[in-house]
Order: sequence, then structure tokens, then C-alpha cells
Amino acid sequence: MAAKIPDLTPQSRQLEEALLTVDRVGLVALFAECTKSYSPLQVFEQVIGPALTRIGDAWERGEVALSEVYMASRLCEELVDSVAWPANSVRGDLPPIGLAVFEDYHMLGKRIVYAFLRAAGLEVADYGRAVADEVFEKVRGDGVQILLLSTLMLRSALRVRDLRSRFDAEGLDVKIIVGGAPYRFDPQLWQEVGADAMGRNGPDAIACVEAVVQRL
Amino acid sequence: MTSDTLTPMQRTLATLGHREPDRVPVFLPLTLHGAKELGLSIEQYFAEPGNVVEGQLRLLTKYGHDCIYGFFFAGLELMAWGGGVMFFDDGPPNAAAPVIHRPEDILDLVPPEVAETPCLLDVLSAQRMLKSEVGDDVPIIGVVISPFSLPVMQMGFDHYLDLMLETPHLFERLMALNEEFCVAWANAQLEAGATAIVYFDPVASPTIVPRQRYLETGHPVAMRTLARISGPTAVHFASGRCMSIIGDVIDTGAAVIGASTLDDLSSVKDACRTKVAVLGNMDAIQMRHWSQEAAESTVKASIAAAGKGGGFILSDIHGEIPWQVPDEVLVDIVSAAKRWGRYPLDWAH
Repeated sequence: MAAKIPDLTPQSRQLEEALLTVDRVGLVALFAECTKSYSPLQVFEQVIGPALTRIGDAWERGEVALSEVYMASRLCEELVDSVAWPANSVRGDLPPIGLAVFEDYHMLGKRIVYAFLRAAGLEVADYGRAVADEVFEKVRGDGVQILLLSTLMLRSALRVRDLRSRFDAEGLDVKIIVGGAPYRFDPQLWQEVGADAMGRNGPDAIACVEAVVQRL
Repeated sequence: MTSDTLTPMQRTLATLGHREPDRVPVFLPLTLHGAKELGLSIEQYFAEPGNVVEGQLRLLTKYGHDCIYGFFFAGLELMAWGGGVMFFDDGPPNAAAPVIHRPEDILDLVPPEVAETPCLLDVLSAQRMLKSEVGDDVPIIGVVISPFSLPVMQMGFDHYLDLMLETPHLFERLMALNEEFCVAWANAQLEAGATAIVYFDPVASPTIVPRQRYLETGHPVAMRTLARISGPTAVHFASGRCMSIIGDVIDTGAAVIGASTLDDLSSVKDACRTKVAVLGNMDAIQMRHWSQEAAESTVKASIAAAGKGGGFILSDIHGEIPWQVPDEVLVDIVSAAKRWGRYPLDWAH
């Protein structure tokens, strides 16, 4: 008989409240309590993940601001980094994942997505800001199979198409997940540039990773 | 179609006075298309103020819209503060690396002198020449990045949010420095010939910071700064929401507010009616794909939502039309605005 899955919704709601009010003391206490009683994966999947998802969804509805999403993701990243997780707490079923800001200096979106992915137990190679040649070489060198790209300007969003062509020409099976303002305002743009998915926010990025893994 | 009876300036002033002019004014915030007109690269185009003058005049004639855009590119203000920009063949020059590397750097930061900063002087030179060309017939739009939003380029968005939330004394110091620069830069543009100043303040949008945080930070900055700018101002959120802070923006004394597609335009207009004019709300990112029918239906919808009673300027929400938007789409937009924007808008019930 399968083990009963504990309902951690109340803890997740408490965590969400602490994140939005930047209650660091309450957050640390709640997190310590959770990690004492439940496995790291349970805390990732049932406490932190749902809280961040609700905050991300609230931003989509205009109910919270990007600065709150950013602070929530940063606090979660700090929590995750504050403990020595056992090796089996990291998702071992995923191929190498890379993340970069594509041809821009605006790092906020990438930083939020990175924090969300880390808080969900995903190992991600953070390439920071990178132009097309750098991204290509990193992906090839690290054997990355899932690449998340954050863009701010329409021009750099369109340049993803060139990167896609280059991967295809080299026979590299890389799934590209894009995000950023141009893709949010033009919902078909991600398909136009040959991306495999588009994430509207941090939680969406996690869902996109899960979805493209099925297609590898 | 009835022809225009007012000059672009008369039309714009009437609508800013919340009266119905001959038709809804149309502002196309065109920057890069001037380079196309002159057959120059974008870097060549912005290297010489005379190119921008020629480009803007050709765009005014070609599209028949209602403003001259005396704005080069946003990264220019970062250049003034000692930073760099990256030029591309097919997009706006983009701000390069931040100039504030650690919050403590703010203590040694000195605002640029407008009169001693070549990139700013180029803009002023262009605006002066444009003014001598169009006189009082066409409004010339100057632009400043708000003191509250400039740090996104000065230090990076994430580090700026950290500063705002965690180091208030350095945040206040940076605001004081930026305010001095912003006021001087705006007033220099007005003296050079700009009719009004767009105050780009995307960080102030509730999309980026909650209203309460804005009231504690960006709003007092805007109150102080706009009060010292010697001409009409338009507060623009570069596609961010504005609905929940309209009353606060009205308090700053701004004459115009930029609306987003994320807000309901008719609700924005209702909240602004007779107090502040509305600018919006076409999405230039989507314009790349517009057919003639799409351009017409979008223009009609915007005018129907916000045109009645004046106080409305049809424009884009981002503050810049991308290089990739075809000329034909721009022609279609202005054509539709001239057809459907003719007052008294009896068709729009």
C-alpha cells in the first residue's frame, strides 16, 4: 500500500503569507518545522512550490507586483540554500538544464526563474548574461538538453530563431524554453522563433521543463 | 473622409484641454524608422543630430501623424552617467553594463552636467533644429527616464529592488542625485524646443511595485520632480498597469498618463476624465503582424473606449515602435485613426 501523502496546504499558505510580508523570522521558523517533519522533496513540492505558484499567478492577475514575486523567489532561494540537502533531494530524473539572459543586461527575470527552479529542487547551470555564441558553446560543452532563455527586447527575442537554427544544423537536440516581455505581449512569438515552450512566469517555467522533458 | 482642420499642435492642445478637436490625435513614437528612411545603420543615424532631424521630418510627412519624437534611445541616459550602449542593426541601442556596481558606489556618484555631456547635447541640438523646422505647428516630444526608474539601468533591476527594499538611506541618496539630473535634463529639452516631456516611469507601475511601496518611494520622487519641470508632462509606464494609481498620478500634476493593454481602457478613461489625458493603448509588439483589418479594428476599439470628450491621444503602450513593424501597418493605423477618430464620434456608442 502506498504511503499516505501528507496535506501540507496550511503550511504552504503560511509560507505564502510570510513571503509576501517579507517575514523572515516567521519564514525560517516555518521552514525549520517543515524540514524537521517532512522530506526535502515533500517540502519542495507541497510547501514552497505551491506558494510560489500562487504568487506567480497573482502577478498574472495584477494582484501582486513583480517586486513581491522577486522578493518571494529570493527568500525561497535563501531557504533552500540554507540547509545541506541530502543528495536524493535533487531531481535526478532530469537532463542537464541551462539558463541565460539572452543578449541583454536585464537579469531580474532570469534571477526569479532561477530561484523558482532551485526552490523546486532542479539543478540548473546559470550562464548569466550571454550572447548567441556563448550560449551555443555552453550548451554544447555542458551537454545541456533543456535551455531556458530570458529576453527583454523584441530584437533579442527574435534572435532565438538563429540559435534554434544553429542547434538544428549541429544536430543538437536542445529544447528551448523562452520567457520575457516580448513573448508575453505576442503570444505566438515563441513558436515563430522555434522555441519548444514559453513560460509566462516562474511557476510556468517549472511546468514547461516538466512538459518538454516528456518530448526528449 | 473629411480633411483635417487643425494643426497637430492645435489638435493636441485641444485634447489636453479635454475638448474634442477635429479628430483624435495620433502619436507614433518612431525612433528607429528614421534610419530606414535615410538608408543608414541605426548607429550611423544616431551619431549625427542632423540625421534624426531629417528622419523625423520625413516620418512626419510620410505618416501624417501628430508629433515629432525628440527621443533617441533609453540607454542614452546611461551613457550620460558614464555607461555604454550596444548598437544593433535591427533594434534599439540597448543599455550595457550598469555603472553602480555596489550600493556604496552611490556615495561617490556625481550627476552628469547636461551642458557638458555630448550625447545629451546631440539630442538638444536635434530638438532645436526640429523646432526651427516645425515651429508651433507640431508638438515635439522630449523624454526623460524618471529618477525612480533610471536605476534599473544604473545598477540592474534586481540590485535596484534590493536597494529599494533593504537600504533606504542609499536609495534616498540615489533618488536625490537622479532628481537633480532629471529636472535639468527635462528643462534643457524644453528650452531647446520640446513641447512636453514624457516621464518614463515603468518601475512606478503596480505591475512592478505595489501601490503602497510606490506611495512611499516613486510617488514622492515624481511629486518633487514633476513640480520642477517647466512644461507639461506625460507619465508613462512603458506597458505596465496604471489603473490603481491614476489618482496618485493626477496628484503629481501630469497632463497625460500612458495606459497599458493590461488595463481596461474605458475604465482608465473614466478615472482620468477631465483631470488628465490618456495616451494609448496600441501594442507595438503585436503590430508586426497586423493586417489592414487588424489595424483598423484595434484603432476603432481604442477610440471607442477612450475618444469621447477629448482627452485621448492614440499611441503605443511601449514608448517606441520596434524596427520590425512594417511601414504599411503604420500607414494603416494613421489612416484608420483619421477615418474613425473624426469627432463627434457618433458611431462610437
